Amino acid sequence: MIKILTKIDGINNVLENNNLFEIEFEKNNIIKIFNEFRDNTELNFNQLLDITAVDYPSREFRFDLIYILQSLTKNKKIILKTFIKENENIESITNIHKSADWYERECYDLFGIEFINHPDLRRIMTDYNFEGYPLRKDFPLTGHTEVRYDDLEKKVIYEPVKLTQEFRNFDSESPWEGMENKLFGDEKSTGEN
Amino acid sequence: MKEVELNTTTINFGPQHPAAHGVLRLVVELEGEVVQRAEPHIGLLHRGTEKLIEYKTYLQAVPYFDRLDYVSPMCQEHAFALATENLLGINVPERAKYIRVIFAEITRILNHLLNIPAYAADIGAVTPFLWCFEEREKLLEFHEAVSGARFHAAYFRPGGVHQDMPEGMEGKLFDHFKTLPKFIDDLESLLTNNRILRQRSVDIGIISKSEAIEWGCSGPVLRSAGVAWDLRRSQPYDAYDQVDFEVPVGKKGDCFDRYLVRIEEMRQSISIINQCLNKIKPGPISIEDNKITPPKRNQMKKSMEALIHHFKLFTEGYRVPAGQVYSAVEAPKGEFGVYLVSDGSSKPYRCKIRAPGFAHLQTLDHLSKGHLMADIAAILGSLDIVFGEIDR
Repeated sequence: MIKILTKIDGINNVLENNNLFEIEFEKNNIIKIFNEFRDNTELNFNQLLDITAVDYPSREFRFDLIYILQSLTKNKKIILKTFIKENENIESITNIHKSADWYERECYDLFGIEFINHPDLRRIMTDYNFEGYPLRKDFPLTGHTEVRYDDLEKKVIYEPVKLTQEFRNFDSESPWEGMENKLFGDEKSTGEN
Repeated sequence: MKEVELNTTTINFGPQHPAAHGVLRLVVELEGEVVQRAEPHIGLLHRGTEKLIEYKTYLQAVPYFDRLDYVSPMCQEHAFALATENLLGINVPERAKYIRVIFAEITRILNHLLNIPAYAADIGAVTPFLWCFEEREKLLEFHEAVSGARFHAAYFRPGGVHQDMPEGMEGKLFDHFKTLPKFIDDLESLLTNNRILRQRSVDIGIISKSEAIEWGCSGPVLRSAGVAWDLRRSQPYDAYDQVDFEVPVGKKGDCFDRYLVRIEEMRQSISIINQCLNKIKPGPISIEDNKITPPKRNQMKKSMEALIHHFKLFTEGYRVPAGQVYSAVEAPKGEFGVYLVSDGSSKPYRCKIRAPGFAHLQTLDHLSKGHLMADIAAILGSLDIVFGEIDR
């Protein structure tokens, strides 16, 4: 199977790990690749399990967009990965896999990645009229607004988050493990300088 | 040209409605009593589990999985434990594998013992609900005996299980599962040939083989459509390759088939548990590497090394090598998967949870089109929707 995968256009870095393949592809070829994956009888990845993203704010191509496919006939799973920039969009695959509908909506809701030609790209998880994209790394864990029932106005109101204690995120990682074993003034021993 | 006036009514179903199985808001467009469109609005129970996990160590992330699908907690810990173990590159000891399988199957029975009577209650039978809750309570005592908690167990941990089963537990389990088949027979005598149940569920909410695959269905929903697909069989994890069991499949993919598949799955689970109880041997219940699993308490009283390990594990946690992995288990509701990305630190960089119910609920519009409004309750019940996992 790995041979067939490497032959498909626009696919790089094929990796095999037990029942799971991991590949990277170019986002311009998405429709062609997903059609190929579903229709090629040697591959037959007929079920889309999930679509998600991973945010790396410091990179130029900020998001890893992840598609997980499964082949029920070949008993294989595959993770497809592509890279996109912050304000870029990508073609929707709802015409190829019906289940992509909600997965793409979720991805749009939580990461702000837009899918072109999606039939109904609305927010799905967050509140009505929510602002921001919660799973981006620069979105605070506590959020921006909180709700409460206001007895005077007789309705639920939104307010900026007020924390009675400042948000704490302790760094408990040991500085020793994973440290480069380097002594200052000892650069000569390793051939530097 | 003749003008036709469309006379449709749009109504709101939920978010507070007993048949919505939690906080589902459905916008239903009806023509008379016939459903034209059913649009689920979800997210009312969205708690940001995935975001929270990014701020916790791997061990601290475990309890969040209990709170996803709160009807089958241990199966979800299982998926997370497998994903983390995969990244760490460790193999859990034999006894832990068997204990995990036993409790994953108990959880499956627990789940079906809630879903079946809840479904029956949705379409008019109240007695099974009372019967099954009594039976669930007995099984939850086993949960409590091993983990100290009835529901939020945090029992399956990366590296094994938290603690060994108490002495004499095997015998108690064995005795209990001698009586359970009789209970399932009794339950079936109330439901399977019941006229009302059949009228309300046969030929309701049919999903075909190809549609079920296309919509990403898994578990009993996929099997009821006639696809013999079970991750325990096709991609066995832990001790599932050591046990023999059958995968029940349906013929039509309607609500009644889904009910029958779940009944049969409970019987198969009992058989799996009995096989495991025969095969399980004494031994360690988690890997004996104190860099990942905490040392024993009595060691901590004597050994400085053990004390340091304990302190480091519960403050910093353990570091997981960088990489990505997708691990899935056959949870009672279907394929429950965890996509985990590690950046080499002691906290997950990203943890995506693949909930089976999310894919199933998506099919609701398709399944209920052309049925009566009252059938929506039946379809929802038979899909086994729990909002903890859908909204995450």
